[in-house]
Amino acid sequence: MPKVPSINESPLVPKPSGALIPERDLLSTPVLETHHLGIDFGGLTAVDDFNFTVGKTEIAGLIGPNGAGKTTVFNLLTKVYKPTRGTILLNGEDTSGMNTVSLNKAGVARTFQNIRLFDNLTVEDNVKLGLHNANSYSMATSILRLPNFWKQERLAHEKALELLSIFDMQDMAGLKASSLPYGAQRRLEIVRALATNPRLLLLDEPAAGMNPSETAELMENIMKIRDTFQIAVLLIEHDMNLVMGICEGICVLNFGRIIAKGTPEDIQANPTVVEAYLGRKKGD
Amino acid sequence: MISFLDHLISGINLGSVYALIALGYSMVYGIAKMLNFAHGDVIMIGAYISFCTGHYLGLPAVVSVLLSVAVCTILGIVIEGLAYKPLRQAGSLAVLITAIGVSYFLQNAAQLIFGPNPVQFPSIVKMGNISLLDGKLLIKSISIVTILCGITIMLVLTWFTGKTRTGRAMRAVSEDKGAAQLMGINVNRTISITFAIGSALAAIAGVLLCSSYPTLMPTTGSMPGIKAFTAAVFGGIGSIPGAMLGGVLLGLIEIFGKAYISSELGDAIVFAVLIVVLLFKPTGLLGKQIREKV
Amino acid sequence: MKKKTLRSYISSFGLVIAAYAFCMFYMNNGMSRTLKGQLIPICSYVVMALSLNLVVGISGELSLGHAGFMSVGAFSGVIVSGWMLNGLAIESESLRLLCALVGGGLCAGVAGFLIGIPVLRLRGDYLAIVTLAFGEIIKSVINCVWVSVDGSKLAFAFNSNNVPGKILINGPQGAVKVDKIATFTGGFLLVLFALLVIMNLVHSHTGRAIMASRDNRIAAESVGISVMKYKTIAFVTSAVLAGMAGALYGLSISTFAPSKFDFNQSINVLVFIVLGGIGNLVGGMISATVLTILPEKLRAFNDYRMLAYAVVLILVMIATNSRSVKNFVSSLTAPLKKARKGDAEHA
Repeated sequence: MPKVPSINESPLVPKPSGALIPERDLLSTPVLETHHLGIDFGGLTAVDDFNFTVGKTEIAGLIGPNGAGKTTVFNLLTKVYKPTRGTILLNGEDTSGMNTVSLNKAGVARTFQNIRLFDNLTVEDNVKLGLHNANSYSMATSILRLPNFWKQERLAHEKALELLSIFDMQDMAGLKASSLPYGAQRRLEIVRALATNPRLLLLDEPAAGMNPSETAELMENIMKIRDTFQIAVLLIEHDMNLVMGICEGICVLNFGRIIAKGTPEDIQANPTVVEAYLGRKKGD
Repeated sequence: MISFLDHLISGINLGSVYALIALGYSMVYGIAKMLNFAHGDVIMIGAYISFCTGHYLGLPAVVSVLLSVAVCTILGIVIEGLAYKPLRQAGSLAVLITAIGVSYFLQNAAQLIFGPNPVQFPSIVKMGNISLLDGKLLIKSISIVTILCGITIMLVLTWFTGKTRTGRAMRAVSEDKGAAQLMGINVNRTISITFAIGSALAAIAGVLLCSSYPTLMPTTGSMPGIKAFTAAVFGGIGSIPGAMLGGVLLGLIEIFGKAYISSELGDAIVFAVLIVVLLFKPTGLLGKQIREKV
Repeated sequence: MKKKTLRSYISSFGLVIAAYAFCMFYMNNGMSRTLKGQLIPICSYVVMALSLNLVVGISGELSLGHAGFMSVGAFSGVIVSGWMLNGLAIESESLRLLCALVGGGLCAGVAGFLIGIPVLRLRGDYLAIVTLAFGEIIKSVINCVWVSVDGSKLAFAFNSNNVPGKILINGPQGAVKVDKIATFTGGFLLVLFALLVIMNLVHSHTGRAIMASRDNRIAAESVGISVMKYKTIAFVTSAVLAGMAGALYGLSISTFAPSKFDFNQSINVLVFIVLGGIGNLVGGMISATVLTILPEKLRAFNDYRMLAYAVVLILVMIATNSRSVKNFVSSLTAPLKKARKGDAEHA
């Protein structure tokens, strides 16, 4: 699988701390750094000692067999679950006092494995909800329909259509979100997340249920999003063509622990990873 | 001290009645995930049946109670089959409104049949009171019967849901209806049985309630119904020991609140305690915490 | 504004204004006394239905204690009006009515805020039972309140009837000798106001955030929307409107007790909006009107009236919600539709 060409092609290099990030991001603070992150559910340790770094404009991948704890990591990063141990640094700042809402305001946006759209609202309204904090006006303004209301609503409308055009979805703006086909719902979730103006975009299985040509288009779009908005993307995906094709740094999780980190080439050549996915050969 | 003991006993007495009603609420909620607001009115029907068979037909107390249990059991099954069963797949609000419709129906039917005026319900226990501590502390025999009834029923129900086939089916249905059906459990029948048991308990509760608080009229069931519902939530709705615990605690809080704080604000105190408990334990004292899957 | 939004504004406001015009005409041309007496309560219940729809339909939380806010509004409205007349010697009825509505709304809003903070942290049926509990608490507390005007001052007493001067609120008897200053036009304006507030709120970013919190709490938080904040906004706004409805109601009857606003009253309003279609503002207003007039019209059936109401309620719920009934109806209408389609094709 050939790599999709990127305007920012650069090799992974170690930081003084040992974390691997793309060379171009070396001078800026990593958008995400986790130290010994872990969570227990009751007595069960779901994720443990998760140390990972994502560069400012890196596309990173989180892979692993089913039940490895990948989505749990996303839930920790967005504080849907409170971590039992460890720290999460966002742009170098500790996030321990933050919740899902304030983390989003600080620049973390995500999509969900089991799609979570606002089903009864239109496509456009879903995107506008992503823009919620960007153009706000007071409740009195909306009840009295002051001029600022109309101005802000017009801005939101224009911005929403502009964002939808990334995935060529402007024509669907007036449809109910739940009426969209599956692939379009996944894309809408990405647009909604992008609307919150994130610095780190977390995509949970963005290609699930897509056919090969849709996936190829998605890969290009993820690259395009990174290049246009200059943001970092961390994605969970089972489609290895996608992961190996666009991710610069990859982290492999099994039973809640990292078993390998590195470039796509490193990961493909790593025997532990092969074993985790395929099982041990007889006689080994 | 004596008055304290006195209040303690009446508290447990009232609490046992609440517990019996709460058990019905809780079991039905656990299995059908619905707030059966008509449950309180089944209590009232139970009390009227016992009253009429005892007073007009002159049947002995035990027979009249058994008759009222039988009538309420059938009533429970009929209500479930006619009103709730068609709404198995409907939204919870539709079911709630239907339950309220059933409640209005029972109250107004009772008013047509038995008249709107209150009747004096004679206690089903004709034994004298027990006096302790040189007659300073009088324990009504009905209190003892009520408390014993509560304990026995609780034990039997725990055994029933834990050990019998039907009981296990009930727990399976309350856990996951779809999976239970795939395992060959007759979900509709199990729900019917749950309503039958709940309504039978309501009949007993109605007779016991009116034996202690003898004014019986068509709206007698509403307030105890709401309080018992509160008790079920208080203890953790869907849990049998929770309903028992919630009921007894609620009875105690009500009696002590009325005695020592303010008789007018007794109900307010009960509801205020419920709110405080839910703030600290959002699913009640013994309720299960459910984590939402993301 | 989108075409669809504009159409819904025109139809809802048009309906309310047309209904008002019709009533004004009919009032001078043979409207019965009973119906005349019901006009203001109807306005009040219509506002209650709008208010509850904001919580149940738009915000998606079941409230079983909304009569509590109506009660707070009714009693504080009576106090405001009584104090202005007896304490401050303000005669103007429309000014007093306006102040009473604002006062009732504010008091209910404060109650809604205090109640909303603990209540809205809970979910589903637990939230429902706590709203029920609050409704009952409000009822029992108002049962113990005595209020009077003494000179230009208000006097309050709790659990004792020892208040000087002219009594406004008399414990369990409730509001006594209320000066009935509510008017039908006042009620109509209140309905317009409530409709405007709710529709403008729904079609704004606040309304979108409220509906997003209802549709998917976790997704709403993930895009930076504080679910608690928007649920509280919906709840408090709804409480304010319910308080205003209460004040209007209270000032239209001479005597009313706190027990008037009990659990059954809350359920009554819930029935309005369920029958009108949850979240459907116009439907809620229509069913509030019909269900307020209907019981009076059925007086002829006397004893069987409430029984019939109960049966109708159950049947309507089953007919509109049962899958088998729906299938049955569609199997009946299917040949019809087919025939019509066939006609269209032939033509």
